Amino acid sequence: MGAYLARRALYSLLTLLVVISAVFFLLRLAPGGPFDGERQLPPEIEANLNAAYHLDAPLYEQYLRYLSDLLRGDMGPSLTQKDFSVAELITSGLPTSLALGAGALVTALCLGLAIGTYCGRRTGTLIDGALMSLTNVTLAIPAIVSGPVLILVFAISLSWLPSGGSGSAAHLLLPIVALALPYIAAIARLIRGSVAEVGGEPFVITAQSKGIGEARILWRHIMPGAAIPLVSFLGPAAAGLLTGSVVVEQIFDLPGIGRYFVQAALNRDYTLVMGVAVVYAAAILTFNLLVDLTYGVLDPRIRVRQ
Amino acid sequence: MSALRRLLRSPVALLALTLLALIVGGAVLGPEISVWDSEAMDFAAMQAAPSAQHWFGTDLVGRDQFVRTMLGARVSLSIALLAISVSLLIGVPWGMLAALLGGRWDQLMMRFVDVLYGLPVILIIILLVVIFGRNQYLLFAALGAFFWLDIARIVRGQTLRLRDAPFIQAARGMGAGRAYTLWRHVLPNVAGPVIVYTTLAIPGVILAESFISFLGLGIQEPDTSWGVLVSDGAQTLESAPWLIIYPGLCLGATIWSFNTLGDRLRDMLDNPDNRRLN
Repeated sequence: MGAYLARRALYSLLTLLVVISAVFFLLRLAPGGPFDGERQLPPEIEANLNAAYHLDAPLYEQYLRYLSDLLRGDMGPSLTQKDFSVAELITSGLPTSLALGAGALVTALCLGLAIGTYCGRRTGTLIDGALMSLTNVTLAIPAIVSGPVLILVFAISLSWLPSGGSGSAAHLLLPIVALALPYIAAIARLIRGSVAEVGGEPFVITAQSKGIGEARILWRHIMPGAAIPLVSFLGPAAAGLLTGSVVVEQIFDLPGIGRYFVQAALNRDYTLVMGVAVVYAAAILTFNLLVDLTYGVLDPRIRVRQ
Repeated sequence: MSALRRLLRSPVALLALTLLALIVGGAVLGPEISVWDSEAMDFAAMQAAPSAQHWFGTDLVGRDQFVRTMLGARVSLSIALLAISVSLLIGVPWGMLAALLGGRWDQLMMRFVDVLYGLPVILIIILLVVIFGRNQYLLFAALGAFFWLDIARIVRGQTLRLRDAPFIQAARGMGAGRAYTLWRHVLPNVAGPVIVYTTLAIPGVILAESFISFLGLGIQEPDTSWGVLVSDGAQTLESAPWLIIYPGLCLGATIWSFNTLGDRLRDMLDNPDNRRLN
């Protein structure tokens, strides 16, 4: 188990390095630079600016400098938002982004598990059919459509909730729903399938015939096996939620870090793009590592084989 | 053929196929048969609600929304198809090769897939699009370059299972060459799962394109795609909700149809009585 996790952690670090390098060199391939504004700067000033940010050094030197700064926890100054360091910008947006992502993940997990387990124990019934058709529909509605429609219904027509901005938990409710909707459906369908499959195994029927209650059968006998596909879905789901959050932040005008990414990339704010990419990649990789850990705990075969 | 007939026996699958046929038909024929041109502005009906003249209403400058939605369908669907083709062209050989080479090569090739799997793909695609300009060919190539990972894994798994199957051994024993066995025996047997997962991957590509276009980074005016139309429609939610509803419905219906068909096909494949598809 220890060796297995150590190897996984090593892969994660390797992936992080790949992300950092890919983003770093891609950005430098791009035409234009952070100081190309509306107005052409005098060459001396541009040279001074480049020197101040070490942009005049050879590329590999800048790359190594970035890596060593990053190792010391320094993400550098923002190149376009003067007076702000990348770390400051990210710290100001991260709580919103985290609340959005975590809120959507928890919502999707709770509702998805509840619906999936309920239907998985009643496959073929009318209510199972109805709920599954419904999840199939919500699965097909991307956040870019559900977000504006939710705003139209709950903010504009009914005036129950704010349509955008931030400040209170109510501001996060619609964004979380828009982001979570397809994932509720995906998790419900996944869990329904595996609960139905494990629920038909002989050991579950034995447990039933011994008179063990439904709740205990679910938790002790079905869930440990049925949850494994869910755990492996969580990795891609986390990446998908993150992607969705970039769009959802835009739709609901939330001050998270997703907004920075697109704008900073357009403005060639090298350090800010790098910072956001590093935070996102690190979040996904940490999450995947946790998933691997859970995997090992749930499935004894993985512990033994490794 | 029996697979198709069995598919058609399911009412849900039939509905999905019908919807897809309507959307594809509309995308191919709609702009040709409509009396409106995609660029023509109807000054008598600007931002008009859906009517007999303008089935999906008109946008802010009076362009017919039906024609634009169908043109958007052309772009969204062709980007999805091209991206999926790119991912098949990379994924199928990659997975087969990994399985056939085995050992250290297999390890290396699949670790590479694992590393790419951990990347925040959309962020990198956004970056590519921002950097190399808003070129739709680049967009589908970039999408395809990341969507092959699943396909490679599935093909590898399937090929591994087939490698030692008796009929492959028999073919080899009768003197069939490696390439011939691969082409005649392995590839057709890999095709089933690949078709299923391709069907299930198409919605992902359509979604990715729409997200990128929604952010204003993908398809640019006067060209259009569902992502662009939804994004424009989101600006006029209150005054002209039909501008988001119709493209949104088309997008949703397409994703729903591919998901449904993919699920049905997978069920048929997984069910041992239905192996004929394979």
